Amino acid sequence: MNRDQKLERQSRIRNFSIIAHIDHGKSTLADRILEKTGALTDREMKDQTLDAMDLERERGITIKLNSVQLTYTAKDGEEYIFHLIDTPGHVDFTYEVSRSLAACEGALLIIDAAQGIEAQTLANVYLALDNDLEILPVINKIDLPSAEPERVAQEVEDVIGLDTSDAVLASAKNGIGIEEILEQIVEKVPAPQGDPEGPLQALIFDSLYDPYRGVVAYIRITEGSVKVGEKIRMMATGKEFEVTELGVFTPKPVAKKELSVGDVGFLTAAIKNVGDSRVGDTITSVKNSADKPLPGYRRMNPMVYCGLYPVDSAEYNDLREALERLELNDSSLQYEAETSQALGFGFRCGFLGLLHMEIIQERIEREFNIDLITTAPSVIYQVKLTDGEEKIIDNPALMPDAQTITEVQEPFVKATIMAPNDYVGPIMELCQGKRGDFIDMQYLDETRVNIVYHIPLSEIVYDFFDQLKSSTKGYASFDYEMMGYKPSNLVKMDILLNGETIDALSIIVHRDFAYERGKDITETLKDLIPRQQFEVPVQASIGQKVVARSTIKAIRKNVLAKCYGGDISRKRKLLEKQKEGKKRMKTVGKVEVPQEAFMAVLRQDNTKKN
Amino acid sequence: MVNAVYLHIPFCDYICHYCDFNKVFMQGQPVVEYLEHMDIEMERTLERFPTSGVTTIFVGGGTPTALNEQQLEQFLQSVSNRFLPYGENDLEFTMEANPGSVTPRKLEIMKKYGVNRLSIGAQAFQDSLLKRLGRGHNVDEIGDIVTMAKQAGFENLSLDLMFGLPEQKVEQLSESIERAVSLGITHISSYSLQVEKKTVFYNQWRKGELPLPTEEAEAEMYSELINRLEAHGLKQYEISNFALPGYESQHNITYWKNNEYYGIGAGAHSYVNGVRRANAGPLKQYMTRIDEHGFPYMEENELTKVEMMEEEMFMGLRMRKGVSKQTFEEKYGDSVESVFGEQIEKLVSKELLKDTGTHIALTEQGFFLGNEVFQEFLAV
Repeated sequence: MNRDQKLERQSRIRNFSIIAHIDHGKSTLADRILEKTGALTDREMKDQTLDAMDLERERGITIKLNSVQLTYTAKDGEEYIFHLIDTPGHVDFTYEVSRSLAACEGALLIIDAAQGIEAQTLANVYLALDNDLEILPVINKIDLPSAEPERVAQEVEDVIGLDTSDAVLASAKNGIGIEEILEQIVEKVPAPQGDPEGPLQALIFDSLYDPYRGVVAYIRITEGSVKVGEKIRMMATGKEFEVTELGVFTPKPVAKKELSVGDVGFLTAAIKNVGDSRVGDTITSVKNSADKPLPGYRRMNPMVYCGLYPVDSAEYNDLREALERLELNDSSLQYEAETSQALGFGFRCGFLGLLHMEIIQERIEREFNIDLITTAPSVIYQVKLTDGEEKIIDNPALMPDAQTITEVQEPFVKATIMAPNDYVGPIMELCQGKRGDFIDMQYLDETRVNIVYHIPLSEIVYDFFDQLKSSTKGYASFDYEMMGYKPSNLVKMDILLNGETIDALSIIVHRDFAYERGKDITETLKDLIPRQQFEVPVQASIGQKVVARSTIKAIRKNVLAKCYGGDISRKRKLLEKQKEGKKRMKTVGKVEVPQEAFMAVLRQDNTKKN
Repeated sequence: MVNAVYLHIPFCDYICHYCDFNKVFMQGQPVVEYLEHMDIEMERTLERFPTSGVTTIFVGGGTPTALNEQQLEQFLQSVSNRFLPYGENDLEFTMEANPGSVTPRKLEIMKKYGVNRLSIGAQAFQDSLLKRLGRGHNVDEIGDIVTMAKQAGFENLSLDLMFGLPEQKVEQLSESIERAVSLGITHISSYSLQVEKKTVFYNQWRKGELPLPTEEAEAEMYSELINRLEAHGLKQYEISNFALPGYESQHNITYWKNNEYYGIGAGAHSYVNGVRRANAGPLKQYMTRIDEHGFPYMEENELTKVEMMEEEMFMGLRMRKGVSKQTFEEKYGDSVESVFGEQIEKLVSKELLKDTGTHIALTEQGFFLGNEVFQEFLAV
């Protein structure tokens, strides 16, 4: 293709994402679009094609991004090339969302006609606006009896300030409005700018590891073009590679010799480490180098840490291998070996957020078949010591002695909560209880409010989500962004079982809440830890001072006093089941402690309510 | 060699709220046809696995006494035809009998065919508890059946009592024990309630409508049971069983000693020549299998030596006397210490087991925490 042909083709490219709250119908709409553009012949693929991993499908969320090239013949008779770039739907992955939006010129904003805007949607719309995207509002699920498209359209105008006069009324489920959406993409989303012969700039918006091909980088060409065999450089890391493969997804991967401005596809270059192909980095050509990278790159830092230990200590090496394998695909996962007196050898792992943490745990247990003990998640504390030294603490057990500390700082977030106004009371009560500072409250319309609080991240990491859900019957939506560190009156609380400190159970709490939390944890542990042959005191202490205590009573009777006739196998099975349960416990000192106990601090208030 | 026989009569006039054994409502069932199939199974079993002599027969259910007089006669005639020719002099022939379902005539038939021990499903001596259990009889009928049985010439009588029942008080258990003993019986089996799936109790429990006693209360009841019966001369010879000296159930001892037994009838289990088998439970399947395959087996499991040794321990330790070191070594060629030394040492140090020199046995505390002990002997 010569330059003119490339420019002509470029004018027919449309790159867009879909922004939606969980359950507002993003995946269904994506499926319909794929069908309409002939990418999928009926049920060629499983429902909801873009969510590929089982885990994603089960949770109804997208973790890893995907992009698809589609061809659409519009009413004007021209054939257009669409790139639909999927975005993860969770706050933990905000940065990935922002990068995939940066790869687009437009975005479909899907809003549920019955539920209206949610906090998550709002956060992503702002990201899209930051990236100068053309936003096309789509009011979905208009077939629902409770649909109120006019009200929801008004809300979009009031809250986001978008013009909704052309908003598409759609039902992805019933295939209503899909044509109109495709036509609007052609008309309204700008074609990519840039010179196909300029110096190469390609944005990496995702990457994954393939055991046969090395790292597969998902890229958007913003300037210039790239060919197989060409020498490229990663601008953030400076690493150089030779392109071995280029292609697009249709959604099946299709190899190409060249990708040019506006194209969205994949690139492999025998890259061994995902860390060499970081999300947000710019790829340029060694021969025809760009002066500067595309804006917006940043290194993602974990926000939440926890200890991961194998239940069976013989599986330590298996766990290391599992983490190594997962890391290949997930450069935001961090880990290093650590030792706990209670749990033995394991790893302290850093995650982008709670969901990220849960996903990794689940994948280790499921894909690698390793039973895990997980310690309660912790944020990173900044500690100033009397000798002037500053320390970063990501493991509560390692918090220095209170006497040697002059100040502890903890990360705060700006939390935005949207809910029907009936729940303002419970929400404020919850935020107050989580040490939140009230910042603002706005009425979105007569029935919905937007509440803003500054809350310590550690409180969010505890059971904030669950509590918000239960105190608002699931009607509230929630989003947060990091704000930085502030000093807090924090102390380390140890948990003692049978008089022995269990390092893996230590937590850092605000002094004013220490007594309450100590009481909750000791009560929860009392219920979680099975009775032992002797009485086991459970204590929460700050320094030498015990602030709460409960007692696990000694086991009194555990004997099968029942006649099963001659059915000995049944007796055997029953005993085997009891024994299996024990195997999933960790013997700490003389006490057998089940896996869940190490997450007990998360369960505190829930246990009371249920 | 097999010297014990278990026979299963799966019919009931009513279904108790806790029962998950193989049983069906009697009404409309092909009882006669079923009994004929049992007869065939007995015949073929003896052919295939000959016995050197039968020392115990146990008829359980279901409710064996739910059979009417005619059916009962048919059944016992076939049992006596098949097994009594091999019967030893001191044969123990037990039949389960439920209050309310026994008549003097039925007892006469049992006596005629050699039944010499009755296991009576009393369960409790409070009408309120019997009702809660879904038992179809009242307290008075327990007295009646004992009186009838004695008149019919039965002197070896066992009563079943349950504890750990919903809303049961320790005092109620004490009352039940006293009233049971005062009836002049020779043996008591006492089982604690296990809430099993597919029962009325399980559904109530899931809905939170089954107020079970606390573990402490249950332990107190168990302790009351042991002490009070001991005071009346009924010695605990197994976790759930108490007897006047010489009246221990020889049939159940077969199980605990890990010896072999035949299992005849729907859902019955057997252990013959090192193989554990389970018969098909549903009546139709049981009969069809006999018709089509000769035998009603649904599962067959040949035990490994390790499994046998494990079972020797977790069954044998149920007896107060424990596991005989000598018998163990004779059976398996290895000493119990060489096989299970580590486990025994650990449990002795926890004061759950003791070594009497000749036997390995549970301690007093071990009786309350039997499962903690038994698990240790499994190689899971």
